[in-house]
Amino acid sequence: MTPQQLTIHEAHKLLKARQLSSVELTQACLERINQTEPRVHALVAVTEELALRQAQKADQLIAAGDSHPLTGIPVIIKDNMCTKGIATTCSSRMLQNFIPPYDATVVERLNACGAVTIGKANMDEFAMGSSTEHSAFFATHNPWELSRVPGGSSGGSAVAVAADETIYALGSDTGGSIRQPAGFCSVTGMKPTYGRVSRYGLVAFASSLDQIGPLTKDVADCAVVLNAIAGYDSRDSTSVPEQTPDYTQCLTTDLNGLAIGVPKEYFVQGMQTEVETAMRAAINKLEELGARVDWEVSLPHTGYALAAYYIIAPSEAMANLARYDGVKYGFSYTDTDSMWEALEKTRQLGFGDEVKRRIMLGTYALSAGYYDAYYLKAQKVRTLIRREFDQAFEKFDALITPTSPTVPFKIGEKVDDPLQMYLSDVCTLPINIAGLPAISIPAGFGDGLPIGMQIIGKPFGEETILKIAYAYEQATEWHKRKPKI
Amino acid sequence: MKLSREEVLHIALLARLGLTETEVDRFKEQLSNILENFEVLQQVDTTDVPPTAQSIPLQNVTKGDEVVDSLPPSQILANAPRREREYFRVKAVLE
Repeated sequence: MTPQQLTIHEAHKLLKARQLSSVELTQACLERINQTEPRVHALVAVTEELALRQAQKADQLIAAGDSHPLTGIPVIIKDNMCTKGIATTCSSRMLQNFIPPYDATVVERLNACGAVTIGKANMDEFAMGSSTEHSAFFATHNPWELSRVPGGSSGGSAVAVAADETIYALGSDTGGSIRQPAGFCSVTGMKPTYGRVSRYGLVAFASSLDQIGPLTKDVADCAVVLNAIAGYDSRDSTSVPEQTPDYTQCLTTDLNGLAIGVPKEYFVQGMQTEVETAMRAAINKLEELGARVDWEVSLPHTGYALAAYYIIAPSEAMANLARYDGVKYGFSYTDTDSMWEALEKTRQLGFGDEVKRRIMLGTYALSAGYYDAYYLKAQKVRTLIRREFDQAFEKFDALITPTSPTVPFKIGEKVDDPLQMYLSDVCTLPINIAGLPAISIPAGFGDGLPIGMQIIGKPFGEETILKIAYAYEQATEWHKRKPKI
Repeated sequence: MKLSREEVLHIALLARLGLTETEVDRFKEQLSNILENFEVLQQVDTTDVPPTAQSIPLQNVTKGDEVVDSLPPSQILANAPRREREYFRVKAVLE
């Protein structure tokens, strides 16, 4: 096994035993990036100089016996998280030259652990999209089949992990943006409970839905990264002031006593047969491992989640993106004397198609005469969706669904049909609406293309879903398969 | 819900978003299609259901009135498209 293929826990062991140095590990990842980037286009920036400097420092820390599980381990950060002195573009022309004067809390926390930042990952512009085709720079390709999308919006992060360009990555998830690409690329991806991880320094898309989380090569790594990034931060007023457990302590393989529900609404409408087959096999496996499974759970409002989400998220987005006025930072159209023309042209030329579409949608839903019928109605449906989950969690420890109803689709297939694109998040976005934690793990292949299983937990129930994910992973081999790239 | 051309232009004005002619036509079709699909929400009985704005039980989060360091003006202004001394330079608002 080459160094870049290692997991965090494997690499940590070798670093600690001084059988591998962080500089060697970092160089292996950088070489791999050189090899694979021309085909997958996962990264908008490679921070080689910074990485080697951080790796040298990490090697000194390790030599001094002062190492954290993440010390000296290369990471790639989705390009909507602020990195001090390093461009943070959101894959948008609007922020193409934006250099943040501060680090996001998650970046600060990783740095405090001695992490090695090797690059910034491509994404759908402002995290709006499900395929990473809406990047203003270039589309990212799925390493399992280059003509297919990697999912999105954290497509660059997922591909970087799947193609072994990095040991792990951070993504953000507003409606499935970590889990759906994790499923499409056969890696592990978690969206923690809303409020569990600080959003300070994450460029805002939809503030009541956004959450940062890990993309990793296995479940144990997911727990290690969550340990580092979770916890209260006074700079994010929606960060929850609760103690975080040691998430690595819940990784056991015995599921006896756990009750798992399978909501039937997630197994209809447009689901591919190979996904359904893989999911049934995966759930049977959980039963073998000791879990009690109820296949007939019903969450009747599931079918309304898509509409509610695509009203709420664009409404919040239009408010958040009002800040891009070409005055304080970002792209600015200056070739006019009129303030209004400058403002309108700045936004016309700075934003891409999907971002404009969502600003329009959100503005409409919040405009006079339509607010009650759209935004307020969607918020009330949000209440019903959350209540339904709360009721289910009175009986079950976790719920299982596919991460996505299909395997990765072709590049170009849905890019001109927004509604079809939105449908690819149909299994993941209800979880953001309810603010719950969920993880996607590799659960099989259909015609050589990855299939992900989503495990949904109660609020702050990350330990339970990690445990189920870990037990399944240890009993299967899916996560060990690598794309031939 | 079929949007008219005028409605598309009105929304764009509210959002201060310049659109090309092609974009106006495209968004008219696409947004109409999306909004038509979202009419499904009207089927849901939401009588006596309160709206949810966010999913965590926190309210009115305040912070202590403490003096902390802030970034120096030079760093805040470093990304400014146009500046003058220690200010952001803007177009004339009143003419």
